[in-house]
Amino acid sequence: MTQQIVIDPVTRIEGHSKITIQLDDTGNVADARFHVTQYRGFEKICVGRPFYEMPALMGRICGICTISHMLASAQACEEVMSVRVMGTARRLREVVNYASLIQSHALSFFHLSSPDFLLGMDSDPAKRSIFGLMESNPEIARDGVRLRRFGQRIIELMAGKRIHPTWIVVGGVSERLSPETREEILGMIPEAYEILQRTLGWFKRTLEDYREEIRIFADFPSLFMGLVDEHDEKHEIYRGRIRIADVNGKVVAEFHRNRYQEFIGEAVEPWTYLKFPYYLPEGYPDGIYRVGPLARLNILDRLGTPMADQELVEFKDLNRLSSFHYHLARLIECLHAVERIEQYMADPAILGNRVRAVANANVDSGIGVTEAPRGTLIHHYTVDEQGLITGANLVVSTTHNNLAMNRGVLQTARRYVDGNKLTEGMLNRVEAVIRSFDPCLSCSTHAYDRLSLDVELRGPEGELLDEVLR
Amino acid sequence: MSKVTLATTWLDGCSGCHMSLLDIDERLIDIADKIDVVYSPLVDMKEYPEQVDVAIVEGAVSSEEDLHKIRMIRSRTKILVALGDCAVAGNIPTMRNKFSREELLDVAYIKSATENPQHPSEVIPALLPKAVPLHEVVDIDVFVQGCPPSADTIFHTIAELLAGRIPADLTEHTRPGA
Ligand code: SF4
Repeated sequence: MTQQIVIDPVTRIEGHSKITIQLDDTGNVADARFHVTQYRGFEKICVGRPFYEMPALMGRICGICTISHMLASAQACEEVMSVRVMGTARRLREVVNYASLIQSHALSFFHLSSPDFLLGMDSDPAKRSIFGLMESNPEIARDGVRLRRFGQRIIELMAGKRIHPTWIVVGGVSERLSPETREEILGMIPEAYEILQRTLGWFKRTLEDYREEIRIFADFPSLFMGLVDEHDEKHEIYRGRIRIADVNGKVVAEFHRNRYQEFIGEAVEPWTYLKFPYYLPEGYPDGIYRVGPLARLNILDRLGTPMADQELVEFKDLNRLSSFHYHLARLIECLHAVERIEQYMADPAILGNRVRAVANANVDSGIGVTEAPRGTLIHHYTVDEQGLITGANLVVSTTHNNLAMNRGVLQTARRYVDGNKLTEGMLNRVEAVIRSFDPCLSCSTHAYDRLSLDVELRGPEGELLDEVLR
Repeated sequence: MSKVTLATTWLDGCSGCHMSLLDIDERLIDIADKIDVVYSPLVDMKEYPEQVDVAIVEGAVSSEEDLHKIRMIRSRTKILVALGDCAVAGNIPTMRNKFSREELLDVAYIKSATENPQHPSEVIPALLPKAVPLHEVVDIDVFVQGCPPSADTIFHTIAELLAGRIPADLTEHTRPGA
């Protein structure tokens, strides 16, 4: 019988999960797994309900990327109506989508991960949090709160409510933008730039101290997937072509969303509720790919805005296969998002009146694909003649990264975990590799906490050899 | 004055209620020196302390572990706050209650799988037959409605608790689905 270490729960990520690490007879790591342990059943509970309820219902999958789920859902429903949202309504949706990207990335970078960089992977776990930063690095903690607020406040001003707003409706948005709101948002932009420039500055300097982690944190070849603009070679998070590229950025496949099932398969393992998507032509598990900020920067040579593109040039010189660089990719995407919001808000057409189309169900299925902060998000519905949902398939951002997260956990555990003398910092690194992916587990399913011991090392007969209480 | 110990956790929810708590923005920094966050998805302490002053819980009770956990939290906590409609009334998680667990698992793990279709069953916990709101399994001291409750409502609730008062009637501040 092998020995096993359990990290439970994984903290400073969204949702619940645990990690198990198997040791061989000499105390070396033999295997490691990331388990997600709750299932929510949105694909079933939507059945029988009218399609136009979907954005509001599906938004409740996740309180962080509500906007992404609402937009993928609305786009799928608009396919069902044979309607395409254009012009002002599309621009308004894009602004809110960029705002959502910023609040989510700010949460991941500042609130969840930055305590690892600023206080250290081996620092006191009682202080290693956003609350610890409020004491030790108050300016940075405040920047994080303010940047997250920037995104949330735009959503609140435009959509009426920060979390689960009702403004994104099938066919467009429920209300036009007022000139006062536009002014207020434009007034908030300079501070967002300041925070991002400051943060990029200190974080890029910090990378020097993490050279080793960069080589270990899920640093391996894989495919990368993300959306690209429909007409141009640039970054796109609202709607576009799905691209899969290799380690050199060479395009391996590019396809319309309606063909996703030809390229993406889904495998099931008995020890986790999180499925394992893979690139079908390469089979399971060889068809490993990554999504999210790192992938979106790896499949393209330009974002399409000046400041972010300048950062991208530097980024391309780094080791782009390491998941550690998800963090930097997040900051660059935030900068790009602020530039886009400024650009779209400056255009007088943003104040247009035509923001909503009305139609009934005209065809019997629809697929909506968008880029959530964590990666490509697919909503696929079928409806009956009355427009009631008969089936749904969701392939959620975090899920695409499941193979890569598991491989990353194993790579990190092999390097850092010594079964003969456990330290808290070793295990925090194994969690930190998961944090770099910024998984969102209530999106996909989510898990439970086991409350007794946190990390335990057991011998062949199951006897307790060592434990780390955190 | 010693700090008030605060725990927060999510059971079967969407994390939106926790996000609304963070939406109090800088007020979080203002109250940070009055509270000691001893257990939360936002901090790294992995064990629930023996005694906690205030626990704020998001989400319904949906798995065996949720049930185990909320009972344990109740037994170690002075004031238990049910935060949001899922915790207060069941909301989204209870929409699954009209389906059997087999039907729910089939749709994700059998029907749409292209490799190894099966119901996951090792290491991970089983779902309860039905999801239920917190008050069906433990006593609750404060109910805060809303999906999610607004940041102002949450801040008001915490401020009252820090002042040593139990906010009895929150209907001026929030309502179901708010
Ligand atoms: S009450 Fe609403 S916001 Fe809170 S966990 Fe439930 S669905 Fe999410």
